[in-house]
Amino acid sequence: MNKPLRRIAIFCGLLVLALLVRTNWLQFVQADELKTDPKNRRVDIARYAQPRGNIIVDGKAVTGSTVVNGTDFKYKRTYKNGKLWSPVTGYASQRIGANQLEKLYDSFLTGDDDRLFFNRTIDMITGKPQKGGNVVTTLNAKAQKAAYDGLGDKKGAVAAINPKTGAILALANKPSYDPSTFAGVSGEDGEKFKKLDDDEDQPMLNRALRQTYPPGSTFKVVTAAAGLESGDYDLDSKTDSEDPYRLPNSSTDLGNEGNNPACKNASIRVALQWSCNTVFAKMSDQLGNDKMIEEAEKFGFEKDVKGGTLDPDLDTPVRPAKSIYPKDNRPQNAMAGIGQASNRATPLQMAMVASAVANDGKLMKPYMVDQLVAPNLNVVEQTKPEELSRPVSSENAQKLQSAMETVVEKGTGKSGQIPGVTVGGKTGTAQHGENNKDNPYAWFISYAKTSDGSPVAVAVVVESSDTLRSDIAGGKLAAPIAKGVMEAVLDGKH
Amino acid sequence: MSNLTNTGSNTTVSSGGLPSRRNTELAMLVFAVLVPVFAYANVGLAINDELPSGMLGYGFGMVLLAGVGHLVVRRYAPYADPLLLPLATLLNGLGLVLIWRLDQSERLRQRAESLFGSFSPDAPKQLMYSAIGLALFVAILLLLKDHRVLQRYTYISMAVGLVLLVLPVFFPPVNGARIWVKLGFINLQPGEFVKIIIAVFFAGYLMVKRDALALASRRFMGLYLPRGRDLGPILVIWALSLMILVFETDLGTSLLFFGLFVIMLYVATERTSWIVFGLLLSAGGATVVATFEPHVQDRVQAWLHPFAKETIESTGSDQIAQSLWAFGSGGVLGTGWGQGNSDLIGFAANSDFILATVGEELGLTGMMAVLIIYGLIVERGVRISLAARDPFGKLLAVGLSGAFGLQVFVVAGGVMGLIPLTGMTMPFLASGGSSVLANWALIGILIRISDTARRPAPAPAPSPDAEMTQVVRP
Repeated sequence: MNKPLRRIAIFCGLLVLALLVRTNWLQFVQADELKTDPKNRRVDIARYAQPRGNIIVDGKAVTGSTVVNGTDFKYKRTYKNGKLWSPVTGYASQRIGANQLEKLYDSFLTGDDDRLFFNRTIDMITGKPQKGGNVVTTLNAKAQKAAYDGLGDKKGAVAAINPKTGAILALANKPSYDPSTFAGVSGEDGEKFKKLDDDEDQPMLNRALRQTYPPGSTFKVVTAAAGLESGDYDLDSKTDSEDPYRLPNSSTDLGNEGNNPACKNASIRVALQWSCNTVFAKMSDQLGNDKMIEEAEKFGFEKDVKGGTLDPDLDTPVRPAKSIYPKDNRPQNAMAGIGQASNRATPLQMAMVASAVANDGKLMKPYMVDQLVAPNLNVVEQTKPEELSRPVSSENAQKLQSAMETVVEKGTGKSGQIPGVTVGGKTGTAQHGENNKDNPYAWFISYAKTSDGSPVAVAVVVESSDTLRSDIAGGKLAAPIAKGVMEAVLDGKH
Repeated sequence: MSNLTNTGSNTTVSSGGLPSRRNTELAMLVFAVLVPVFAYANVGLAINDELPSGMLGYGFGMVLLAGVGHLVVRRYAPYADPLLLPLATLLNGLGLVLIWRLDQSERLRQRAESLFGSFSPDAPKQLMYSAIGLALFVAILLLLKDHRVLQRYTYISMAVGLVLLVLPVFFPPVNGARIWVKLGFINLQPGEFVKIIIAVFFAGYLMVKRDALALASRRFMGLYLPRGRDLGPILVIWALSLMILVFETDLGTSLLFFGLFVIMLYVATERTSWIVFGLLLSAGGATVVATFEPHVQDRVQAWLHPFAKETIESTGSDQIAQSLWAFGSGGVLGTGWGQGNSDLIGFAANSDFILATVGEELGLTGMMAVLIIYGLIVERGVRISLAARDPFGKLLAVGLSGAFGLQVFVVAGGVMGLIPLTGMTMPFLASGGSSVLANWALIGILIRISDTARRPAPAPAPSPDAEMTQVVRP
């Protein structure tokens, strides 16, 4: 009986060996994969085991962390004035996950980032808990507040940029949401999120970055830029524009607001001043679809997916929605020249248009993160301003500035005036819905200029307001908000 | 067949006086007590930053259990294998610490409170069962002077074994498997005891029938195939184990039961054909049952796709995934006692899945150590079988250690995702009275057989002839 016994001994040995091999496989070969599997709750436990790094605006944190009991996630996110800052920070919810800056810099905020390896190691050796780094934004607290308060209880968004650097100064959204309400892990947090998510007013839609609107008359600045760049037009020479203008290949006549007699054959300056549809529709048609697309692209339109790979050009680092100027037929292209066809733009995009003009034709890449700071206050990463493109020559940019300043000085944008400061702007009232049956969008884009260039360019859009329709013109609704933002930025400069 | 004349170096049998090795056993017992006591202190320090309040009681309990065990072995089985008692004590002690550690888990406490309204710690119960288990061990050594006595109960064992196997069918299933017998306040898992009783039956039965099974056969393609009528017993056992699977939905017991029979049949007859035949039968049976038994399908699904969302939804549990995450998160060195999150497994964290806590908190290192301890127990068992001088003892010893080894493989393999999970307890480590009692009984019987095997042969009776020739009278 001993021969089979020895074989049984070997068999049992093999069983144990199989278990040993398996445990080595699991705990050595696959260990990292299992350990970092996002579905492994330990990943989240470790992640919430220490306070999260903060997002900083003007030297003050707009986020925080608080200890919660009754769950294995020790710290949860809090937000100071969450509704004001949520378009910038995004949310970090234990139940839902994170988005925007909270998501993009997640590993830096938790302290897991490779760039914090040294800090982490020191903390581990000295027995201190891991600390997260801080994300310092470029935002201007006063400008943000002016934008948010300015929107009041109207739906809309504001984007403000420093034209010289591309640094984003304000990014406001109405209606907004407070991300602290669902930062935890409980079912209640989930319900609160769902309620916000299902809300018809879309408080979680970041309109300034992620919503595109018909740009309306503010787009005329782009058309004017294309006209000047073509060399076929000049700022103050009369154009050959009939009023009303019959759209090409069509029997539709296009008129002007209040049938303004100044629009007939108006120069670019005058046409901008009175926002003449006829002049810019015809200009867009004469330049042609291709040239218009080319100019719009230089201003940042159509930047999204290029050759199958994501084009990160416009990442702020939160990626804005793509503003578009599509290929279209002649009548549509003519209408697109006045921002009233298939072209769409985000508030950020229109702020970029204003900023490129204000910065003498140089378009800077917009960004909202200035520095990444390690827990020991070392600056780990510093964003350097980058030039994105030159949509117009410096000479033409100055011509456009002059025209836009005329708009504010004695045109449709008077309510954007700031005493003692040169302001250039352009109003817009974009039709909304078929045959303009919904309340239109009120737009205003502008910049302010000081002796050493322009410190701020703003785009404001106010969605369908309850105000009487006749009242809704960019000049009335949107310009005062833009003015408030510009003043807030200028205040800081003085 | 008999091993009496074997003088090879791989057997401990010798007619000469062997060292009893009792002092070796004692020295190792000291470690087997110290290691869990330190582990216990470690858990307390890690979780509450202080030595656990039950430190003295627990330490004293461990010393008492080990001391009594040792003294009884020293007195009643002086030639017994010196490794088995320390190894079993170590595992039992570590099991107690692991269970106590999981009792401290806030998560499991909340889970129990929300499911059953209250939480009761398992460690005190397990300590009590360990004491009863050791009492059973002592009783076996005191009452069973010679393991061959068991041979008399061959057919009674069969009857008792069958009754125990069938009994759970009449009780409501717990968590999908009918493996429990609820008698008032006592819950028994008869499957744990069946492995011993059935091993006794197989040993007795095969000892009688092995010649018929071994010799009467036909040669076919290099294999000795048994005659049709000799196939009877194996087919009966096979059918029985399939019935267990179908009616009790207990994959583990079914597998253990059949595997045990094949191993013992092979040892008894020395015919490889039985192994081949057995493997074919079990593979065929398992495949057929898996096609219509949803419980088995769930287990296979969870084994093949542990992390898939569909698996977790269809089986209603992510135990396997949680277990694998626990093992992976432990890595090579583990998180340390009390610092893991293996309690995320929830249900059965301190019984079937207790190895996951070993894996996470003690790491690969601890897992290797624990698996090797199990391996050592099995190999000592087979060695006792080699050393035993009577065929009944040989068959019983290999049956018991084979069953132990299969159980370890089936549970550990299931928990680690090597094979489908079967729902059995990890011997000695897992929380559960039946398991502790049965395994102490198993160790008791093995110690008894090894004592008999290593005991010096009685001095040859004085031969009158020899005396005559030696006496020279002037």
